Amino acid sequence: MNLREKLEEIKQNGLEEIRRAEDTKHINDVRVELLGKKGSITEVLRGMRDLSAEERPKVGSFANTIRDELTQAIAAKHAELEELKLAKRLESETIDVTLPATPVKTGTPHVLVQVIDEIEKLFLGMGFQVVDGPEIEEDHYNFEMLNLPQDHPARDMQDTFYITKQLLMRTQTSPVQARTMEVHDFSKGPLKMISPGKVYRRDTDDATHSHQFHQVEGLVIDKNITMGDLKGTLELIAKTVFGQQREIRLRPSYFPFTEPSVEVDVSCFKCGGKGCSVCKQTGWIEVLGAGMVHPNVLKMAGVDPEVYGGFAFGLGPDRFAMLKYGVDDIREFYLNDVRFLQQFAQKG
Amino acid sequence: MKVSTKWLNEYVPVADLEPLALAEKIERTAVEVASTGKLEDGLKKIVVGYTLDVKDHPNSDHLHICQVDIGEEEPSQIVCGAPNIKAGQKVIVALPNSRIAGNVKIKRGKMRGEVSEGMICALQELGFPESVVPKEFADGIYVLPEDAKPGEPVFGYLGMDETVIDLDITPNRGDLLSTRGAAHEIAAIYDREVTLPVPNVVESATDEIADHVTVSAPEELAKPYMMRVIKDVKVKESPMWLQTRLWNAGIRPLNNIVDVTNYILLDYGQPLHAFDLDKLGSKQVVVRLAKEGEVLVTLDGEERKLQLNDIVIAANDVPVALAGTMGGLDTEISDETTTVALEAAVFDGHRIRKTSRRENLHSEASMRFERGVDVSAVREALDAAAAMIAELGEGQVVKGVASVNEPETTPTKIKTSASHINKVLGTELTVEQIQAIFDRLGFETTVVADDLTVYVPTRRWDIAIEADLVEEVARIYGYDNLPTTLPAGQTTPGSYTPAQKLIRQARQTLEATGLDQAISYGLTTEEKAKRFALEEALPTNLDFPMSSEHTTVRMNLVSGLLDDLAYNAARKVNDVALYEQGRVFFRDEDQTRPREVEHIAGAVTGLVNEANWNTTKQEVDFFYLKGIVANLLHELGVTNETYQATAMPDMHPGRTAAIYAGETYLGFIGEVHPNTAKEYKLKQRVYVFELDLQKVIELPKEAKLYTPVSKYPSITRDIALAVSTAVTNQQIEDCIRKNGGAFLKDIKLFDVYQGEHIMDGFKSLAYTLVYSDPNATLQDEAVTKAFEKVQAKLVEEFKADIR
Repeated sequence: MNLREKLEEIKQNGLEEIRRAEDTKHINDVRVELLGKKGSITEVLRGMRDLSAEERPKVGSFANTIRDELTQAIAAKHAELEELKLAKRLESETIDVTLPATPVKTGTPHVLVQVIDEIEKLFLGMGFQVVDGPEIEEDHYNFEMLNLPQDHPARDMQDTFYITKQLLMRTQTSPVQARTMEVHDFSKGPLKMISPGKVYRRDTDDATHSHQFHQVEGLVIDKNITMGDLKGTLELIAKTVFGQQREIRLRPSYFPFTEPSVEVDVSCFKCGGKGCSVCKQTGWIEVLGAGMVHPNVLKMAGVDPEVYGGFAFGLGPDRFAMLKYGVDDIREFYLNDVRFLQQFAQKG
Repeated sequence: MKVSTKWLNEYVPVADLEPLALAEKIERTAVEVASTGKLEDGLKKIVVGYTLDVKDHPNSDHLHICQVDIGEEEPSQIVCGAPNIKAGQKVIVALPNSRIAGNVKIKRGKMRGEVSEGMICALQELGFPESVVPKEFADGIYVLPEDAKPGEPVFGYLGMDETVIDLDITPNRGDLLSTRGAAHEIAAIYDREVTLPVPNVVESATDEIADHVTVSAPEELAKPYMMRVIKDVKVKESPMWLQTRLWNAGIRPLNNIVDVTNYILLDYGQPLHAFDLDKLGSKQVVVRLAKEGEVLVTLDGEERKLQLNDIVIAANDVPVALAGTMGGLDTEISDETTTVALEAAVFDGHRIRKTSRRENLHSEASMRFERGVDVSAVREALDAAAAMIAELGEGQVVKGVASVNEPETTPTKIKTSASHINKVLGTELTVEQIQAIFDRLGFETTVVADDLTVYVPTRRWDIAIEADLVEEVARIYGYDNLPTTLPAGQTTPGSYTPAQKLIRQARQTLEATGLDQAISYGLTTEEKAKRFALEEALPTNLDFPMSSEHTTVRMNLVSGLLDDLAYNAARKVNDVALYEQGRVFFRDEDQTRPREVEHIAGAVTGLVNEANWNTTKQEVDFFYLKGIVANLLHELGVTNETYQATAMPDMHPGRTAAIYAGETYLGFIGEVHPNTAKEYKLKQRVYVFELDLQKVIELPKEAKLYTPVSKYPSITRDIALAVSTAVTNQQIEDCIRKNGGAFLKDIKLFDVYQGEHIMDGFKSLAYTLVYSDPNATLQDEAVTKAFEKVQAKLVEEFKADIR
């Protein structure tokens, strides 16, 4: 057998060996065996010194071709085996993706705060300030500045927790408006504010009454504010809280601090106005009170009612949440059963 | 105010209006409507019967067997247990298969062996409230007038076929507490004419009032005060039409005299009171304030201890009535009364309100005096009542009226303009349109160009200023017709204040770390209010609390959260992590008004996570909560906080820390004392914290500045040391930090050990110290030198055994 034939044989056997290799160690052994310093090709090439000067380069070149072919075959096989190995590993790593997740714990904002936040965002976007005020108020700000003098029959509408003759738990957040109006510098622009917060009434707690609840009251005072502006603003609140399809209607009412005063109904978000148990078959749900600020209220705060006017509204986040989520017992909001609180984890 | 549409129709045409549509229109234009309906709604097959024969039931000591003519050929046999059943009565019969009140079906049946073809009914069984049923029929069946025809439905005889609209009157619309007032309102809403009957009093030609009674009253108590006298009256039952009017309005018929006063009250809104003149004991009737120690037994039999501000009617210097609220028992109209002194007055509403509130005596009269009455209709109402009493009681009206303090009754003149009304409403109404609206309301107007002068009649005493006129225009024009716009004008920025931002950020941070937001009651018991307080202060108590659970404003948030935990525990919810953000109230010595401070607090108990298939359960502990608090403080910009072991009531003596930012005390964290937990019926360990958010808000905040990230590798050194258990981690860390050199970047405690191989009273702590130089590669020798210095200091300061 001449060298050429030997090389040819090495190649054939080598390729066969590569084909049969089952793992990367095996293919490595094959590589050393064929191409290593003591490998068979090297061995064969050692016999080259016996060749003629004419033959030598030809055989050399032939040997190189075979070496390259084998190298390539080994590399290809190696890659194939690596691929196979990885596929096996990945297969062995298969998990049941339906197993329960590792728990991640986050808390839930209180549903009433969510309602208030939503209203705050709406009004911040419209250039209103959010103003906080004391929960323990003076009779002066809670009632008198709001056109509710002593012995006014409308005080019966708001039975009050008194601390002293002059101090009380605020029954509404409107005293914050009286305080803000008093100090607002109208030369710097209109007053646009909302005052959210806790209020208290002398009530016995039951499913529909709570001695503690929340209010968000709004106030706009400027030179050219109309009742149409109030209507537009109320419509925005209704759409923001209860959905874009909602409509509102105003009905006459009475509050000592506004004139005209209106109750505001929103078209029923359950039935869309056709009539259902939520709206008591009327298609409408009473959601808030509002009106044009009474001139006496402006005067008492030192604002000239001949020049300035505006509107005010007041709404109850507790009532909103009860309506929106179908909560049928107001006490749930203040007893804090976590199974209740966590139901409102879903945003939007 | 329950208004009958049949009665209304006598004053303004409403018969053509669908009752529900009318009610809706009233709601949209005037006041809310509580209900609309007829008493007969839901009832059927209830007819007039005539008792031909009544016998005792052989098997019963109280039942009767009645043969009743129900308009059929044969009489029906009906068993009846009423004590007042007699032969020869017209009665109410519920036929077999009829429906009576409460949707109850009446069937043919047998009672103790005797067939009963239906039931003879009391008014209550037809749905009449107990409070309107005439007293003589209160405990038995009702007897219809003799002219009722057997077999005819009873509803017409009893006025049950009249539609009654129940108006929910707002405090300003006292004018709608009368049928006449309601008629004016409906006339304005529908633009219709009102026709009101005018009374015609026929007076005695000779008998003068002055011979019977004189009156006196201070103007501030009664303005006016008037009396008429009707003599030779016969007190008896009122005619059926009058009784039905009263009970449809919710008032019990009594006798022809009292019924007339109530009828006129419903008609005019003017409260009246009838005295038995002979029982007054004096011809001089005096209106005055009550005197110290006076008592009066009112019509309801209650003895009232009068107070100095009560207005009373006195005769012979003895109170005979609580003015405007309730009459006295001693001078009431009885069957024997022959001379009636009829009072019509307008009493001071403030005083009436105080008296009625104190005595919890809210009568039809007091309700109207509190809301106001039409001063110009007092005399007409008095005349109408006198004429009616004379007619129904077959008596005679004495000549003249005893009267004092008669007021001016001119209309109120208010100026406005079309431009003002349009400016407030956002409308473009013409002066003619506006004038037309006032016409509908019955307000006279004069117009000069854009300006209107409006003359408001005294029957609308709620209208006093221009804004009131704007409201009248708005509601009659229709709120639906107003434009829908948004406030224009100068723009203003809308943003939270820094304090509001921080508070909201605090909430979000705690929610992100797994705490649910709670809102507890701000009012609690004094004991709970005072617990866990961050400041020395006095409690603030309510004057008249509603319940012993809510007497005092809270001075901490933790005790409310413990209430919440207890509520959950009682419902078998044992893993709870809550926080609350809100106000607490600290009252300083010599102050009545407390300071209000924003706090934030948390309470955790049970498990953070239950054991899962791939995780073990994690219980809450001090350090879990400390992590939440530390994260919160860092998010809020506090970087220098320290925790110092402290003792405070209601907290675990060995597991409570005071939290400081530098020198500022922010609050505490720790485990609730087991005895306190037990008080709240909490069996598990509970960890709580409370922080003064106001102080966090006020802390100086460092401006955020960029620090370059070091490009050079850091070097770490570990150190383990045994020290006395009295030495705190804080002390060691402080020592390391103080002596660590310029390149010490971080200290991390990675092991704490106490037990075997460590002497009693000692503990082993192991720290990793991280060194880095932002500007160069650190030299090993430099680190070693710094590290050795730290080691030496630890040995020196704490006698640490470096291991």
